Amino acid sequence: MRIGLFATCLGDTLFPDAVKATALLLTRLGHEVVFPPEQTCCGQMHVNTGYQREPVPLVRGFAEQFGDASIEAVVMPSGSCAGSVRHQHEIVAARYGDAALRSGVATVKEKTYELSELLVDVLGVTDVGAYFPHRVTYHPTCHSLRMLRVGEKPLRLLRAVEDIDLVELPEADSCCGFGGTFAVKNADTSTAMLHDKVGHITATGADICAAGDSSCLMHIGGGLSRIRSGTRTLHLAQILAATRTAPYVPTEAVR
Amino acid sequence: MSTFLGMPAAPPRAPYGAGNLRGDRSFPKAAHDELRNDQLRRNLGKATHTIRAKRLAVTGELPDWERLRDAGSALKTATMNRLPDLLEELERKVTERGGTVHWARDAVEANALVTELIEATGSREVIKVKSMATQEIGLNEHLESRGITPYETDLAELIVQLAHDKPSHILVPAIHRNRDEIREIFLKEIPGVDPELDAVPAHLAAAARAYLREKFMTTKVAVSGANFGVAETGTLAVVESEGNGRMCLTLPETLITVMGIEKVIPRYQDLEVFLQLLPRSSTGERMNPYTSMWTGTTPGDGPQDFHLVLLDNGRTAALADSVGREALNCIRCSACLNVCPVYERAGGHAYGSTYPGPIGAVLTPQLAGMHAAKDDPNSSLPYASSLCGACFDACPVKIDIPSLLVELRHQKTEESGTTAEKLAMKAAAGVMKRPKVYTAAQNAARLGRVAGGRSGTISHLPPPFNGWSESRDTPVPPRHTFRSWLASDEGTAALRDAAAEGARQRAAAPETPDTPEEDR
Repeated sequence: MRIGLFATCLGDTLFPDAVKATALLLTRLGHEVVFPPEQTCCGQMHVNTGYQREPVPLVRGFAEQFGDASIEAVVMPSGSCAGSVRHQHEIVAARYGDAALRSGVATVKEKTYELSELLVDVLGVTDVGAYFPHRVTYHPTCHSLRMLRVGEKPLRLLRAVEDIDLVELPEADSCCGFGGTFAVKNADTSTAMLHDKVGHITATGADICAAGDSSCLMHIGGGLSRIRSGTRTLHLAQILAATRTAPYVPTEAVR
Repeated sequence: MSTFLGMPAAPPRAPYGAGNLRGDRSFPKAAHDELRNDQLRRNLGKATHTIRAKRLAVTGELPDWERLRDAGSALKTATMNRLPDLLEELERKVTERGGTVHWARDAVEANALVTELIEATGSREVIKVKSMATQEIGLNEHLESRGITPYETDLAELIVQLAHDKPSHILVPAIHRNRDEIREIFLKEIPGVDPELDAVPAHLAAAARAYLREKFMTTKVAVSGANFGVAETGTLAVVESEGNGRMCLTLPETLITVMGIEKVIPRYQDLEVFLQLLPRSSTGERMNPYTSMWTGTTPGDGPQDFHLVLLDNGRTAALADSVGREALNCIRCSACLNVCPVYERAGGHAYGSTYPGPIGAVLTPQLAGMHAAKDDPNSSLPYASSLCGACFDACPVKIDIPSLLVELRHQKTEESGTTAEKLAMKAAAGVMKRPKVYTAAQNAARLGRVAGGRSGTISHLPPPFNGWSESRDTPVPPRHTFRSWLASDEGTAALRDAAAEGARQRAAAPETPDTPEEDR
């Protein structure tokens, strides 16, 4: 399958390893990964903070770069960005766009997937041939869980990984407190939520907390690092991309 | 000069300065202090976790729960679409059955109306059924200023009233108090209470009962709210757990009910849906202990003088908003509060309104507006959410609260003029829409690596990010962006190796596609 990869601005700039892993994984599974070079950002931060005029060019850009019919599916290693494309772009287009934009947005949203959805629903694979001999707990992230309804898909993918020690995260479905600008505007409340999430993660004794969204991981990882927990965060894609011949190697010491 | 040829005027919001729909400071400031109240944190954590489990048990056991939610949502939406007709039908039926209907545009009118009605009876005391509408308009405060003493009869409301406090939860208004605090409040505020009173819940309840029983037997006027008003029959309904509401609704000579106009439902049969949705979502019970319904007056039975005050107070303004009007569908069950991670930590007082939690964050700004004052505290409410979506899943009438929050945030920025945040957002979008500028900005961001020193993390950031960096480390930007890796020889080689390994894996294991169906 010819799959368009949207790196997300956060992934491209701050967490490229998660995007690399997505590209490597899909390539290993025999698919052609295309990366439209004009891509930047989905505009989620703008919409979630109350700005719908400003992201119109971003919404238009996404629809144009990925609208091409030769791209059979669009994937992004982020539940919240996929949620933005599927649920928010049409709101922006309806309010401030023209007919062409509304139609472009409607077309591209139909083939846009978060990574676990693409793997399980579209490519029909749960065992991706990964090898990951570490203790892992999984945080499902709110937008994957309640906006996209990915359900058990990420866990099914993880359970099929060879030699993984997957431990259940208590109160997994509660928010980590990130919420984009929420963590800045309401830093105190966000911190209280983060504290509980970090407590649940460390209680599992996991080496790694995994999730399908680098933004939530940046938040959780920032909290784990601040208390010197020794637990690191890792994107789901990086676990699925690891194999016996190309195993996961930490690029930096745990922060 | 602009031309206005009969442009419609927007319906008025709840008036500034009246009632309890606006705090005195923003949510982040209030939450900053509330978060330090460890008693509140313990109580809320325990109570919300308990009620979540109960709610899931009683909603999960119904095979048609999702269809009930759909029905509740559809009934409410249909009601809002013909609200004027239904209200007039309700007025007609209540009047036919011996009641008197009054219309109150806002809190000021409603308070004046209720005061006049009480004064006309000659009574200087009223007993009250737990009611959100009368909290919203600040009726108790108004009555006291006119020399009339209101007695709250719901146990938790009584605790709040005796403590000169404000409710912090729609259903459990004294959720922020523990039994020792309640004992102290009772010892200090209930006249003639046993000085040996201990903090055993049953003893505390008995002390309140003895106090209230006397009020029930001697007070001639009661004030209530209403959970539902049936247009078809003119029947009002109140659901409760304690029976104190039933006392108020049956014993006095005069009953005055203040009902928000959105509480009307078309048919008596619709109660079948809502009386399943409400208790299960609210207290996590299959049915609430007391459901009281009355229609006008009945000779020789119950209050002989019945008044219904229909309250607008910004509801028509909310109804005029094609997106925001969904918030009027709320049946005040408080399920969204109980699942909200923000409410669970910050508590109800941080919202500054009678309506806290997720529904309060969308309802309060719509009833009372967000721009009535400079830095209006209500303009911070739509941001008091991480948009996690737990509220939407819990809502028995499927109000899409996260989408409403995003909508209200948009309304807030549209009305705010030029702010530093707006300029920053414009600048960010300006960079993002030009790939070349974006790439240059990515390269510039790598200069931030210096800030991380040898640890590769940043522990202190300047405002407005200092709140973030107080409890979170931030990684420095990596050496390479994804796109530069992809364009590099290293990237090309890695992708080639991955393709080769995939081919080897597929050759080694014969094709056995594991479809989603097989995997289940």
